[in-house]
Amino acid sequence: MNPKIQTRELSFYYGKVQALNRVSLSINEHQITALIGPSGCGKTTFLRLLNRMNDTIPEVRLSGEVLLDGQNIYQPGVDVVEVRQRVGMVFQQPNPFPKSIYANVAFGPRMLGMNRQLNLDEVVEKSLRAAALWDEVKDNLNKSGAALSGGQQQRLCIARVLAVEPEVILMDEPCSALDPLSTLKIEELMQALKKRYTIVIVTHNMQQAARVSEWTGFFLLGEMLEYRSTQELFTRPQDKRTEDYISGRFG
Amino acid sequence: MSRYFIDRISKRGVFTLAMVAFLILVFVAVFMLRESLPALSKIGLGNILLGVKWYPSHDSFGILTMVAGSLVVTLLALAMAVPLAIGCAIFLAEVAPPRIRRITRPAVELLVGIPSVVYGLVGMIVLCPLIARFSGIGSGSSVLAAAIVLAIMVLPTITSISEDSIRAVPAQYKEGALALGATPWQTIRHVILPAAHRGIIAAIVLGTGRAIGETMAMVMVIGNSPVFPTNLFAPARTLTGNIAVEIAAATGLHESALFTTGLVLFIVIMIINSFGLIAYRRAK
Repeated sequence: MNPKIQTRELSFYYGKVQALNRVSLSINEHQITALIGPSGCGKTTFLRLLNRMNDTIPEVRLSGEVLLDGQNIYQPGVDVVEVRQRVGMVFQQPNPFPKSIYANVAFGPRMLGMNRQLNLDEVVEKSLRAAALWDEVKDNLNKSGAALSGGQQQRLCIARVLAVEPEVILMDEPCSALDPLSTLKIEELMQALKKRYTIVIVTHNMQQAARVSEWTGFFLLGEMLEYRSTQELFTRPQDKRTEDYISGRFG
Repeated sequence: MSRYFIDRISKRGVFTLAMVAFLILVFVAVFMLRESLPALSKIGLGNILLGVKWYPSHDSFGILTMVAGSLVVTLLALAMAVPLAIGCAIFLAEVAPPRIRRITRPAVELLVGIPSVVYGLVGMIVLCPLIARFSGIGSGSSVLAAAIVLAIMVLPTITSISEDSIRAVPAQYKEGALALGATPWQTIRHVILPAAHRGIIAAIVLGTGRAIGETMAMVMVIGNSPVFPTNLFAPARTLTGNIAVEIAAATGLHESALFTTGLVLFIVIMIINSFGLIAYRRAK
């Protein structure tokens, strides 16, 4: 199995506060990797390093490497915009733009220079279908994205990412603002998507990690304590602290 | 019991204050209308509004040249200030590193607070001689000098309100766009600016109001001749300047005509604000 993304000794600081300490891990292609851990353990920070979203935060510092297909994305001269195109992201709060459903999905392709209406229509339909939202919105494509329910909004955001045809999709607690039924839909969607994409998901919800992922990493206080197959991690954790966490003794 | 009592009292108190503010406005308007009546009845609204000759000594009180003066100077100033201010606001809100922001932000706010007579003074001493030398006409007191001074004066107002509205755009929109592979500029152009649209329109309307009402600096650099602003390098007169320059020595019909000038100014500003409000409501 090829690692799609590899981090090497990745450390990260907000000002003088260290948020991550030498995290090394490999993320396999076409599989779902879950990152779990208590609030403030650095898992979201880690996720945002994988597509350089933390670049937008002032006064941060990083050491170590993030390799995407073997290429360090923090190397000088790397095209950040291209990295983010290849590594898309779905956020905790559904964040559709205050535009129509159509314009939301067409946004990425348009920014990449796709302007022909015919092609755009095709991409929009394909992406909405892949995000399992097409049937619910096909008659209302001009309606505002903000008018959808929370779960639909999150699927719209997934469709929006798919329209750019990324290789990796990062999901930052994508279901934490959603009800159980919407959560289930997103989880089913993830299973369908992993055939074509590599998915990394940060989640607070250990059942979710156990349900959807092949690999799980446990973060605590900025370190990655344990990383192994999901089944092993949840049935035979090696580290005492992992065991305490997954059995609900803290966090 | 007592907190319900306070609730009732404060509701009435706030209502009374609102009514007082409204009544003061009505009172000012009625007063101006009353003072304008002699001129309106003797000369006629049409002759005042559309008249092009302002000769108080001949009882000729046409203010069309000054309506034109106010509008032309304001439009020229906005044409210069708006693109600059929006560019400045984008830079300060989205591009500038925090270190620069910490300096520029208070600086821009300081500029808003400088009294207009100071801007007028600098215009008079620095700008007018430059324009005189460049154009070879008169003293340099001119439409162009007025427009430039006015542009500089409204620049900080429009900049700081636009910057606030750009900053108020939720960070999630920006992150969403960047995470889709949009460049920072595409993110600004297609996501942030559309979302900040209304605030920017409000900023421009506020700037326009300030521009059209500006008096002191205009009197100091525009030359105050009641003629049409047909030449950038020649003097003109604004509605505000008309009142400020002449009121001290005016009596009778002349004084009434100046109140009419004020009334017209009042209405012009109301019209501009209404347009602004319509644009604001439409921009969703």
